[in-house]
Amino acid sequence: MAEGTPLFKVTIDGRTVEVPAGTTILQAARKIGGEVTPPAMCYYSKLQGSGGKCRTCLVEVSKGSDKDPRPMPKLVASCRTTVMDGMEVKNVTSEKVLDARAGVVEFLLINHPLDCPVCDQAGECHLQDLSYEHGKADTRYEFQRRVFEKHSLGPYIQLHMTRCILCYRCVYTADQLTNKRQHGILDRGDHAEIATYIEKSLENDFIGNVIDVCPVGALTDRTFRFKNRVWFLKPMNAHRECPNCCGKVTLWNRGDEVFRVTARKDEWGEIEDLPDGKTAWICNECRFEKKKTSDWVIEGPREINRHSVISQGHYVNAVVPNETFPEVMGREPRIKLQIHDVSEVNEPDRNISLIEGPAHSDDFKD
Amino acid sequence: MTFSPDKLNKVQEIIARYPEERQKSALLPVLHLAQEEFGGWLSVEAMDYVASLLQLEPIEVYEVATFYSMYNLKPVGKYVFEVCQTGPCMLRGSDDIIAYIQQKLGINVGETTPDGLFTLKVVECLGACGYAPMMQLGKFYREHLTKEKIDAIIEECIQNAAINN
Amino acid sequence: MSVKLLLDKANIEGIRYYDAWRKNGGYAAVEKALKMTPEAIVDEVKKSGLRGRGGAGFPTGLKWSFIAKPEGVPRHLVCNADESEPGTFKDRYLMEFLPHLLIEGLIISSFALGSNVTYIYIRGEYAWIPDILEQAIAEAKAAGWLGRNILGTGFDCEIYVQRGAGAYICGEETALIESLEGKRGNPRIKPPFPAIKGVWDRPTVVNNVETLTAVVPIINMGGEEYAKIGVGKSTGTKLISACGNINKPGVYEIDMTISVEEFIYSDEYCGGIANGKRLKACIPGGSSVPILPANLLLKTAKGETRMMNYESLSDGGFATGSMLGSGGFIVFDEDQCVVRHTLTLARFYRHESCGQCSPCREGTGWMEKILKNIEFGKGKLSDIDLLWDIQRRIEGNTICPLGDAAAWPVAAAIRHFRDEFEWHVLNPQESQVRNYGLAHYADERNVVA
Repeated sequence: MAEGTPLFKVTIDGRTVEVPAGTTILQAARKIGGEVTPPAMCYYSKLQGSGGKCRTCLVEVSKGSDKDPRPMPKLVASCRTTVMDGMEVKNVTSEKVLDARAGVVEFLLINHPLDCPVCDQAGECHLQDLSYEHGKADTRYEFQRRVFEKHSLGPYIQLHMTRCILCYRCVYTADQLTNKRQHGILDRGDHAEIATYIEKSLENDFIGNVIDVCPVGALTDRTFRFKNRVWFLKPMNAHRECPNCCGKVTLWNRGDEVFRVTARKDEWGEIEDLPDGKTAWICNECRFEKKKTSDWVIEGPREINRHSVISQGHYVNAVVPNETFPEVMGREPRIKLQIHDVSEVNEPDRNISLIEGPAHSDDFKD
Repeated sequence: MTFSPDKLNKVQEIIARYPEERQKSALLPVLHLAQEEFGGWLSVEAMDYVASLLQLEPIEVYEVATFYSMYNLKPVGKYVFEVCQTGPCMLRGSDDIIAYIQQKLGINVGETTPDGLFTLKVVECLGACGYAPMMQLGKFYREHLTKEKIDAIIEECIQNAAINN
Repeated sequence: MSVKLLLDKANIEGIRYYDAWRKNGGYAAVEKALKMTPEAIVDEVKKSGLRGRGGAGFPTGLKWSFIAKPEGVPRHLVCNADESEPGTFKDRYLMEFLPHLLIEGLIISSFALGSNVTYIYIRGEYAWIPDILEQAIAEAKAAGWLGRNILGTGFDCEIYVQRGAGAYICGEETALIESLEGKRGNPRIKPPFPAIKGVWDRPTVVNNVETLTAVVPIINMGGEEYAKIGVGKSTGTKLISACGNINKPGVYEIDMTISVEEFIYSDEYCGGIANGKRLKACIPGGSSVPILPANLLLKTAKGETRMMNYESLSDGGFATGSMLGSGGFIVFDEDQCVVRHTLTLARFYRHESCGQCSPCREGTGWMEKILKNIEFGKGKLSDIDLLWDIQRRIEGNTICPLGDAAAWPVAAAIRHFRDEFEWHVLNPQESQVRNYGLAHYADERNVVA
């Protein structure tokens, strides 16, 4: 932040926060945290130019600023709209916003295969979370869902185009992290797809990061494919001396076995920053080749956002933070349902590390 | 695969219209040139050539070529009938014209005749609504179409092909 | 006979070429303008009340005054000739027959905005028109109206023609800018607006062809005189491209003081409905604007005569009115099917969606599929409500106006022709062999045998 940047007051769902001029509504909301924060499927604060596309973060600006208090005529994308001093924003307190968001979720789902049971992203999928909070149980779409020709992106990255929501994050990642982008968005409209055009594997030391930025199961880790469910794994912070990247990662273990390596993600699902302010992107070698515990210095278990189903199995008496949601909405958010109320999997007294082989639902039956 | 010296000069002339380092702006016009030069469509080879001319990554060219509807990514016939089917043309009978061409040429929309002479495409509004029904044939529009006009156009194409061969 | 400011010379022989154009008063406006200051030109345009002729109707002078002028950063004027809105073909007429009128407008506007390199972005399908424009540019340059130090003023200006390659979305100004930069035509997220950061991040003004040609008579006659033509905020003249089931489709210049009825039935304009049929409906401003049934087209809901201008056509809002838009005037006779026409438009917008934002990418395709079912006898009554709900959730929630443009025609068709949709659903077989025809909303006055 430049010296002397003025601070602007912005009020979101009744909560006021002061942020430097130039901050977006979404970033201001993240500063407040909790349910006043609009969901974001395409915006990624570490990727320049991202955002504005998915329309899930639309909010209502009920007062433009102290200087010009007129409301904005349309809902705006909070990820790309900067705050003004005295601005008032409605997120979950706006019926218009909730209706538009329900619409966006429906649009994102009409052509989504809903193959969560076989999708490696299940459990850490932003589209699942979004649908859970804003979607409907049934669909009004009565047509065949969109399919694409299958393309291979090489030995490391699995592409499922049918699951893609065209957030463009992976394109920005390739543009900003690698020197030669090999994949992009081809075709247009409802036939647009992520592809390389000519069959080719993505080759760059940092291209594996597209897996971490993908909000859905469109780009997943082939070395982890169908190996396990993320909620059966225990995330551990670990590091190694890596000549290519920061070497600071999350290992997804069961017992001593490393199933998967990812970058470390914050509560918004974005890769964390290092103390020096740089983003902790990791290289392909750390991600795909170092699958032995002995490759790593284990730091300890990683705290998992309660937002995630993954946390349900690991933190028995997790302290649920006070949220603004019940205050403003008069009910608990559905996402805070205790998983154990609806599923017998991952009961708190089961130590899944002790189960032999891949976990099976029978393992949880007495 | 390379352009003729004439075309290469044209490429340089186009690049000179933009500020320095902004030669990517020449991509659409140069793809048009490539399509003209290399048989009416853009092969991967042709696109890679354009990428090298403009110092772009090949994917940047693929992204653009697949976005715009005028670039053919598969071989097409010598004469491509692009018949407009949007509202205003529909009001003036474009559906009948399309059906007639299909019957006359014995092909469906999107297909090419076995002799490689004709391809039939349907397109969205070409901005000739007052002269409907209409189609694009090469560089020009053919307007106020009737069955008789279609017959004459097909005949004209066959004649031209015979002369040029 | 209404005033002609743009097409007054259209019938002069050889007017496409420089000599005839110059002999008939061409380039007098440039001579006059280059003796004025750029600010004075912007002022004249402001005084004229000229509104953008591409469809949105935004005041041109105001738009010009927004352009940023940072030291040492070049600015650009870009002429939007990506005319692609179904029903609209007026810019093509101007470029094809009066290229020097556009070149003149471009020189004056470039001078006013400080653009030394100006681009005409023309839709790719108009493949023969760049040759006409480039010839006119060469003629103008040879005569000293373009190039270095024009008329000794120290002002340099070059004009280049850039062809698109088939994408309606490039008519949206930021998509056009992206395309001009050699990229996919994805509209940008605003702000920043082009006036601050446009092509190559430089301050840019994008204006429609007709808007820029209108600058010529404005300079010739003065902004105040221009503003006296027309009515209210609809000043000057407007080109209307009339099509559909009328006797005389074509491009007409009107001074916005005539009624819709006169425009359709007078021999000076459309010459009435073709084949002696009756008027059923009309889309008065390009395919995106609401369709109106004959009764609401000729008279407003208040019973006043509907006039051919911005205010009158939008009288009643979307409930009972429409928009002048781009001036694409699509007329339906009694034998036309509104469902089928709406289907073609839904297909058009699905085909032209860039696919960036989810409501437009997914919603346009969904609407097309439902409309297809209804049109081909497989629809359900609940589909009509579903369509309404889909368009409602697209409108206003997208990056660019294409979402609205796709939603409005569907909304208006259901709003005014719901009985026709229901008839399709309830008579699946009959609707395959005949059209619904004229209903109560048709123009009773015009029963022609």
